Amino acid sequence: MNTDPLLAVSGAQHLPGAWRTEVESQLSGNEEILAWMEVDLDARLHFSPGLLLVTNHRILARLPDEMAWQDWPFRAGLALLQADHAGVGTLELHDDHGRLARWRYTLTHNIAAQRLIEHFEQQVESHATGQQAICPVEGICPNCKAPIPPDEDECPVCHREIHVPPSTWTLFRLWRFARPYRGQLLLGFLLMLGATAATLVSPYLYMPLMDEVLIPFQNGQQIEPGTVALYLSGLFGAALVSWGLGWAKNYILALVSERISADLRTTTYEHLLQLSLEYFGAKRTGDLMARIGSETDRLSVFLSLHALDFITDVLMILMTAIILFSINPWLALVTLLPLPLIAWMIHFVRDRLRTGFEKIDRVWGEVTSVLADTIPGIRVVKAFAQEKREAMRFREANRHNLLINDKLNRTWSLFSPTVSLLTEMGLLVVWAFGIWQVSHNDITVGTLTAFLAYIGRFYGRLDSMSRIVSVTQKAAAGAKRIFDILDHVSSVPEPTHPVHLDRLSGQIEIRDAGFRYGNRAVIRGVDLTIAPGEMIGLVGHSGSGKSSLVNLICRFYDLSEGAIRVDGVDIRSLQVAEYRKHIGLVLQEPFLFFGTIAENIAYGKPDASRKEIVAAARAAHAHEFILRLPHGYDSLVGERGQGLSGGERQRISIARALLIDPRILILDEATSSVDTETEKEIQKALDNLVRGRTTIAIAHRLSTLRQADRLVVMDRGKIVEIGPHNELMARQGAYYRLYQAQARNVDTEMEDTIVKEAKVTA
Amino acid sequence: MKNLTPDFHLSRNAFGRLVYSHNDGEVHEGIVPVRAFPIQAPESGIALVSAEGHELAWIDSLTNLPEAERMFIEEELASREFMPEIRSIRQVSSFATPSTWQVETDRGNTSFILKGEDDIRRIGPTTLLIADSHSIHFLVRDIQALDKHSRKLLDRFL
Repeated sequence: MNTDPLLAVSGAQHLPGAWRTEVESQLSGNEEILAWMEVDLDARLHFSPGLLLVTNHRILARLPDEMAWQDWPFRAGLALLQADHAGVGTLELHDDHGRLARWRYTLTHNIAAQRLIEHFEQQVESHATGQQAICPVEGICPNCKAPIPPDEDECPVCHREIHVPPSTWTLFRLWRFARPYRGQLLLGFLLMLGATAATLVSPYLYMPLMDEVLIPFQNGQQIEPGTVALYLSGLFGAALVSWGLGWAKNYILALVSERISADLRTTTYEHLLQLSLEYFGAKRTGDLMARIGSETDRLSVFLSLHALDFITDVLMILMTAIILFSINPWLALVTLLPLPLIAWMIHFVRDRLRTGFEKIDRVWGEVTSVLADTIPGIRVVKAFAQEKREAMRFREANRHNLLINDKLNRTWSLFSPTVSLLTEMGLLVVWAFGIWQVSHNDITVGTLTAFLAYIGRFYGRLDSMSRIVSVTQKAAAGAKRIFDILDHVSSVPEPTHPVHLDRLSGQIEIRDAGFRYGNRAVIRGVDLTIAPGEMIGLVGHSGSGKSSLVNLICRFYDLSEGAIRVDGVDIRSLQVAEYRKHIGLVLQEPFLFFGTIAENIAYGKPDASRKEIVAAARAAHAHEFILRLPHGYDSLVGERGQGLSGGERQRISIARALLIDPRILILDEATSSVDTETEKEIQKALDNLVRGRTTIAIAHRLSTLRQADRLVVMDRGKIVEIGPHNELMARQGAYYRLYQAQARNVDTEMEDTIVKEAKVTA
Repeated sequence: MKNLTPDFHLSRNAFGRLVYSHNDGEVHEGIVPVRAFPIQAPESGIALVSAEGHELAWIDSLTNLPEAERMFIEEELASREFMPEIRSIRQVSSFATPSTWQVETDRGNTSFILKGEDDIRRIGPTTLLIADSHSIHFLVRDIQALDKHSRKLLDRFL
């Protein structure tokens, strides 16, 4: 054998080292590995490593819990079936007579499994037909060696967020927001330097006051009024200068920090709005609101107050240390001895407090979440008389909050008194050493007084500095939670080289679409082509994937497999916002923003003229009821459109969709939440809307889809039937059954029209 | 409990699919047993669901079933259910998410990536359900029953 078969093919080079020798012994001379995957679960679903290989001759496996290898040479009739449930994938090898083998793996290996199946199918086919199999050129991730799906640039396996622990360093990331203000920051820093230096002048003047004025006086000498006046005016001057500089510094820096946090808030919110629906689905509203609202505020307080104080303190300590050493190095050394001890203490408590504060944040999120949950659902709470239970839930969240606070406070409350105690001890040491030095005439009483005055401030600062520990941790935790949002990359990414479509014809092509929500496959193998201007009715039980399909067409989510093309262009290569401009969406629960009716209608096109707004409202059959309102188009509507009925709100949202004149129109159960009478009115409005646009309508009531050109019947994520109403009825399949089931339930009036229609069409 | 004879019986075909045959002649291939309360009451309430997703039979308790049927259902459940129970947390890569956890479970040792703290959900007062980046759910049945080290690690995320 000339060449190493393992090295002959790129796929095999990446086989994990542990497997290589074992696999090598299994292969014959001219056998090549085409694809492999690790199967990490055994038959009882326990974690244990196994391997599955596809070579150019056979499929080869070592089961996780067995040592022996098994193999099945390629022959006609062999098939690999893949399924997954609750995060576990299953591969089954079948032939015409039954199941030959079964392998299980966690979905981590799903991509490898897909590749393996692809190769397997090609090999089986080539063995059956005798033709050479065409191996596709594979992109392989250089990092994790996992194959990259053809339509992605980055390896989905190792393209994960970087693991950064939330340390105080997170705060340095705020520099990105501080950069624009670096001029002001520098000025503030210089002012701070000056102010701090000015405050240190007064203790220095104690020395001559003591040694030249008070002590000589006690020894019987006269007090010189001139000297005293000079020193006192020095004290006064220093106080004035430090007051002025301190004021200027505080003002400038507070101004800057407020701006930084405002920028942070806006940037975070703007970023949040760009994230896909998937992100919002997984987060709680209360938590997100807290992050953008209070966390940024907390950061602002931290920057303008605590961080500033801390830097002032550090400066003061440095300057004090220099002054003390210049006066008397020995006494200075003794004075500064407790400093490392305190520094160590701060470091020690720091870790405990950090986790504590993070916890408190999370609990706080919990508390607000209860509120965010209950207040919008207040009607349900009251209707079911569950006020007590909700109060209990809040009380429980609060109790949890208290519990965690109590736990933290145990450490925290010990902290400051201990620092105070250390301060006193430090003073004691200085007194003792100072008295000893005075008695040996090494220093004067004045020097000792100055030292005591300095370290009184010095330790006082240490005490307040210790507070920085907790606030920094709090701020770092807050910054981390904000950067969590900022670092989150939208799962609906903007294309790097977007294609621009000025005018859409509205042709939609869905090819082999698959979508997975969590570990549940919601859409599987959907193929559908919709002609421009065609109206499609999506029909099926709830949970059959209708709304998911529509969400995919709107690109609220991205497909897991396959592609959706509009006018022949993959929607992933279009700019998200530009693409959505072509889509009009009418939802079951119309959402009206706080503002006037005119503003709500013009939501998608803020620069619309009044004429356009009225025309849209007319077409949506909303004009007349709007005129009946006391302020007409200027009537204010609230958060959920209080004061308007469901049908009225719906017609406003139809007018909103009409105004942007979209090429693609999506009606997601647009008439489900209203009565039949209102539905008829809405239907009239919709008829205007649908005209000439590619329309996809989801409706629970099949009668509302009468004008649909084709009906698409979905069941459990797949399309089961496509065709016009008559054809599907004649086929007596899934649609027929749905129709019959509904016809039995619908009120008599509706039934009449259906029966009539059925007769006409039959 | 009296040993009721059910009005169906189960078998397994050559493709490994469970086959449900009702006494009135109705036959369904590829049925799956599904626990109604997999976490809080796994032993009571199991539905037999057809491949189309319709419920064929409801079993209050497996003990009421004849031996053969019970075996088939238990076998199928064992090969379908995957909710590793965390026995101990050996190591976490960081206390910030995403974080890689090395854990010991009742199904052996493994590691997974926790995407966010939100993926840890409280189910009962002491029970947690942790979803990993591939939506595999790991169960912590009783936090108090974990060893001190694991509790300490877990605590950082709660």
